[in-house]
Amino acid sequence: MKSLRALAMATLALAVVGCQQKKQEASSSGAPAASQAAAPVGDTILFGHVGSMSGNEATFGDSTDKGIKLAVDEQNKKGGIKGKQIVVKTLDDQGKPEEAAVAATRLVTQDHANILLGEVASSRSLAMAPIADSNQVPMISPTSTNPKVTKDGDKTRPYVFRVCFIDPFQGTVMAKFARENLKITDVAILRDVGNDYSVGLADFFAKKFLDLGGKIVSDQSYKAGDQDFKAQLTAIKGKNPQAIYVPGYYTDVALIARQARELGMKQPLMGGDGWDSSKLYEIAQGALDGSYFSNHYTPEDPSPVIQQFVTKYKAAYGAVPDALATLGYDAANVAIDAMQRAKDLSGPSIRDAIEQTKGYKGVSGVITLDSDHNAVKSAVVLGIQKNAAKYAATVNP
Amino acid sequence: MTEFLQHLVNGLSVGTIYALIALGYTMVYGVLKLINFAHGDVYMVGAFSGLYLARGLGVDQSPSLFKALLVFFGSIVVCAALGVIIERFAYRPLRHQPRLTALITAIGVSFLLEYGFQLPPVTQGSVPFPPGPTPRFFPEPFPRVDYAPFGVHVSNYDMVSLAVAVGLMFLLQFIVYRTKFGTAMRAVSFDSSVAGLMGINVNRVISWTFALGSGLAAAAALLVAGSRPTINPLMGLMPGIKAFVAAVFGGIGNVPGAMVGGLVLGLAEEYVAGYALSSYRDGIAFAMLILVLLLRPAGLFGRVRAEKV
Repeated sequence: MKSLRALAMATLALAVVGCQQKKQEASSSGAPAASQAAAPVGDTILFGHVGSMSGNEATFGDSTDKGIKLAVDEQNKKGGIKGKQIVVKTLDDQGKPEEAAVAATRLVTQDHANILLGEVASSRSLAMAPIADSNQVPMISPTSTNPKVTKDGDKTRPYVFRVCFIDPFQGTVMAKFARENLKITDVAILRDVGNDYSVGLADFFAKKFLDLGGKIVSDQSYKAGDQDFKAQLTAIKGKNPQAIYVPGYYTDVALIARQARELGMKQPLMGGDGWDSSKLYEIAQGALDGSYFSNHYTPEDPSPVIQQFVTKYKAAYGAVPDALATLGYDAANVAIDAMQRAKDLSGPSIRDAIEQTKGYKGVSGVITLDSDHNAVKSAVVLGIQKNAAKYAATVNP
Repeated sequence: MTEFLQHLVNGLSVGTIYALIALGYTMVYGVLKLINFAHGDVYMVGAFSGLYLARGLGVDQSPSLFKALLVFFGSIVVCAALGVIIERFAYRPLRHQPRLTALITAIGVSFLLEYGFQLPPVTQGSVPFPPGPTPRFFPEPFPRVDYAPFGVHVSNYDMVSLAVAVGLMFLLQFIVYRTKFGTAMRAVSFDSSVAGLMGINVNRVISWTFALGSGLAAAAALLVAGSRPTINPLMGLMPGIKAFVAAVFGGIGNVPGAMVGGLVLGLAEEYVAGYALSSYRDGIAFAMLILVLLLRPAGLFGRVRAEKV
């Protein structure tokens, strides 16, 4: 009897291990094959990517991963960095900050990654940043826009960088667009209280919007994963705003839009780069028509750099790259560029090289890192028509 | 005024869902004195079985009333079976152990379902199984029609939900008080060993109670998924806890109490979020729980039974 139980326990343990292995395989599948072959550390350079490959923001991690792997494959075909091939290892954090911290620690301490790429979401990048700092491994976030990501209190985190603009700017973009282009005075805000990105962006938007002479008539909140937003929306409806600012992530935003329309609210919604996902349109099904959101780039931009990238991406994955894919591509390329300039491949040397990034011509714009390790770039505003995003305006910093 | 009425409509539509889930908690507690914490996750499984059935039948390409009904009753059957299985393998072996053991097992079953559904997929298809942590889009079972009498927006979904929920509650009331099985259930609830001596098959009554409660959870899940169309493996967590609060509020073990508790909780949340601070929306449920436990530990409709010495 006892031995039978031991056998059962052993089988269970094996099953658990088996599942974990499968999870890793699953998280790194569906990408070009060249970057997959695991090779011993020393002969190759390891890019550790932490991303939400599953969970509420699954398209964020997936797109970023595709962008990174496209950049790495191109570089490997050119001979890699300093004669070494690059390997990408992607770990899934399921959209949870605590999992992002675990994944980052694992990539740094067990796999000895030369650099960390990720996360998209600010709350998860915030969980990874101290790990990058204390282990002296540089980290580049492609799209975390909350200003706190590269900050440790008042001083800049030495090892943390990003290749995107930050929310004080992104909030300003939408506030300006609403006041000057849409000529709106009364706006309601609906923010995700549990999300650093959403709270920050809502605050920066409100500040600028008030400065420009607008009025915030209602400031409501929800929690990510809520299914019912009608209480907040009904309260907002009573205040009769001209637009609603919803700086959340796409799953929630799409549900909010649907429920707003169900309550007979016809106001446009406005938001930030957290909206950018094909899932937004799948769930909203037209409910977001007439709405606007700020983003890092638009695939409609006729500039040759962007069109070339769109063609390459389409050839590799059969889809138009969203901003997350583009910034993932740019983040990987900034890392590659820095490593080529670095005097050796130790953490501190790579860090110094990244810090000196100046005028790098990325797809999403020219990337120059300022003293706070942020990229200063222009933003675009996209309007949603017939359940698809259309370019509306460019706003410069 | 319009705003007040709109909140009323919204609150009722959320409240009926809480009430339907709360009924499952309260029935199981009534017969077993067990708080079945896995109940919220049975609700989640209900939504997913609905999704698999809907995809299997091709509801998104060609919705029809027949398919909608098939999905609805199919998932109720799946969940009823799941409830019976959970009771048979997780709770029955522990029936004569201390109550705390069963309670902890219930939490274990809850985790098993939540995280089991987040494992990497073993089957392929448009929605793999297990579905993983990514939210899934639930197809609309029938076209949505909006009505706006006096500026209050009501959809056919809200009406169907309310009608189905109220109908199911009356059906349950009928089963518990007007049928032989209901009498047996109440007998087991009163004293299971004496009921056994009177020739009632206690195990069967308990199994059916689980089937009934889990079926109601599946019904609630489909009513939610039809109008708020994203579902994920952790969706049962919050509604499960809130329905538990509703059950305690109404007096756990008491069927009408669970209904009233669910509706009151739904309305309270709605009005607090609408007129006061929306960030206190979830807080209100737990504030109510604390107040009820302090002021009326047996709940609104609960009776304090004197301990017999």
